[in-house]
Amino acid sequence: MINISEVIETNRMIEKENLDVRTITLGISLLDCTSDDIATLCRKIREKIVRTAGNLARTADNIAMEYGIPIVNKRISITPASIIGSAACRTPDDYVKIALTLDKAAEDVGVNFLGGYSAIVSKGMTASDRMLIMSIPEALARTGRICSSVNVGSTRTGINMDAVRLMGDIIRQTAEATRDNDSLGCAKLVVLCNAPDDNPFMAGAFHGVTEADAVINVGVSGPGVVKSALESVRGASFEVLCETIKKTTFKITRVGQLVAQEASRRLGIPFGIIDLSLAPTPAIGDSVADILHEIGIEKAGAPGTTAALALLNDQVKKGGVMASSYVGGLSGAFIPVSEDQGMIDAAECGALTIEKLEAMTCVCSVGLDMIAVPGDTPATTISGIIADEAAIGMVNHKTTAVRIIPVIGKTVGDKVEFGGLLGHAPVMPVNRFGCEDFISREGRIPAPIHSFKN
Amino acid sequence: MNRSIITVVGRDTVGIIAKVCTYLAENNINILDISQTIVSGYFNMMMIVDTGHITVDFHRLTADLESLGNTIGVQIKCQREEIFDKMHRI
Repeated sequence: MINISEVIETNRMIEKENLDVRTITLGISLLDCTSDDIATLCRKIREKIVRTAGNLARTADNIAMEYGIPIVNKRISITPASIIGSAACRTPDDYVKIALTLDKAAEDVGVNFLGGYSAIVSKGMTASDRMLIMSIPEALARTGRICSSVNVGSTRTGINMDAVRLMGDIIRQTAEATRDNDSLGCAKLVVLCNAPDDNPFMAGAFHGVTEADAVINVGVSGPGVVKSALESVRGASFEVLCETIKKTTFKITRVGQLVAQEASRRLGIPFGIIDLSLAPTPAIGDSVADILHEIGIEKAGAPGTTAALALLNDQVKKGGVMASSYVGGLSGAFIPVSEDQGMIDAAECGALTIEKLEAMTCVCSVGLDMIAVPGDTPATTISGIIADEAAIGMVNHKTTAVRIIPVIGKTVGDKVEFGGLLGHAPVMPVNRFGCEDFISREGRIPAPIHSFKN
Repeated sequence: MNRSIITVVGRDTVGIIAKVCTYLAENNINILDISQTIVSGYFNMMMIVDTGHITVDFHRLTADLESLGNTIGVQIKCQREEIFDKMHRI
């Protein structure tokens, strides 16, 4: 039987250390909504989302209340919109109509973000993919809840450099289209390599075509819990350090598993995966950078950071895998700059640079995330940054991503306020040397060799 | 049987257990186990209860206990047992 110290420990994690379930994301296939008429398509999309997700928010709130665990976000991911709209959309404006429909449906069912305004163009782009990508700036400027992602490469296909070049421009156009709002549109747009089909986290969530009609995916969190556990093993060996992280993430993940199974049962929708993530928020004590500090790094970005992050990421997976029956998504430690107070502090004091962040992305779960850069950063430089990240993902068989915000009208030293979970960030300097001739080459980078691993 | 955990945290005072138990009896909730301890000067009590035959719904139960806690000056929570069981038992 449960004893009082275990009850106190669980409730301390929730009340003092910000343990929460970060998101319940309901993946919905919209493949059965396709039509060659845009009005019919939009009507069917709306009907399916409202029908499938109508009870999502209330069910999540009930679970949160009954178990006493906050469920911070209720979200939806959909089949990549470029596929859904391919028969009906003749112009980028038609895709914007889909975005507006999705935004309204998301609002009506009470979710704060809907992901999947996406195109998967790892090897080539169809005319529909291109139209969707061209529509992204306007779609993100005219909606509040839509998240967009474009997958530009994979280990199997190589990197579609035509898409990388285009995305440099699209990110700049999105920044311009939302310039009155600190270029906020770019915070809802991510460029991926090796994007997973079942990621519950925004902005990269979409419901892949390999998935069932509807599925529940859950992202857990809890950087504060790990940090707090590590406070009790200061100065201990790596063995003790790693064991502590594993045990803690096991406990965190078990809560996610419970919530996922319960949500699945109550909604009558199959459970997909748990994303084993340490997802920070700007709240004090909810920081991955603070864990790195507790491991022994003075400031995130200092020498040793990459090794400490590699260790952390691996132990999170080792502890979490046994706690859940199905694990997927991105699974690992997230290092978004603007969403993590410790990372913000490190960037402000000069400890953390984009180059060091790039190195860190080689060993953690995502990529260059929520980084504000000067508004005059050229599109080709943004494309170069995307290509670098995609190359890391392609060669290392992992997901990488770029969510970068060229803040129009701001430069190094300025601060940007995105608000809420998206946080705030200092504008970070970008290498001022260019790569225009590289980016202007057409075609794709071939897939890497999959043999000769020595 | 549908087990839940009630926790009471706050400064110790006369009649905490009496008031909580009275509420539980009125709502047909059987107490299976009670333990208490003092952590950092604070009174911590845990009750394992059977909420399988409650006369109100679970939402009302948690809300009532929370407001009862407010009147006594302590924090009272009621959570389904599975969250603790899942976290601490394999």
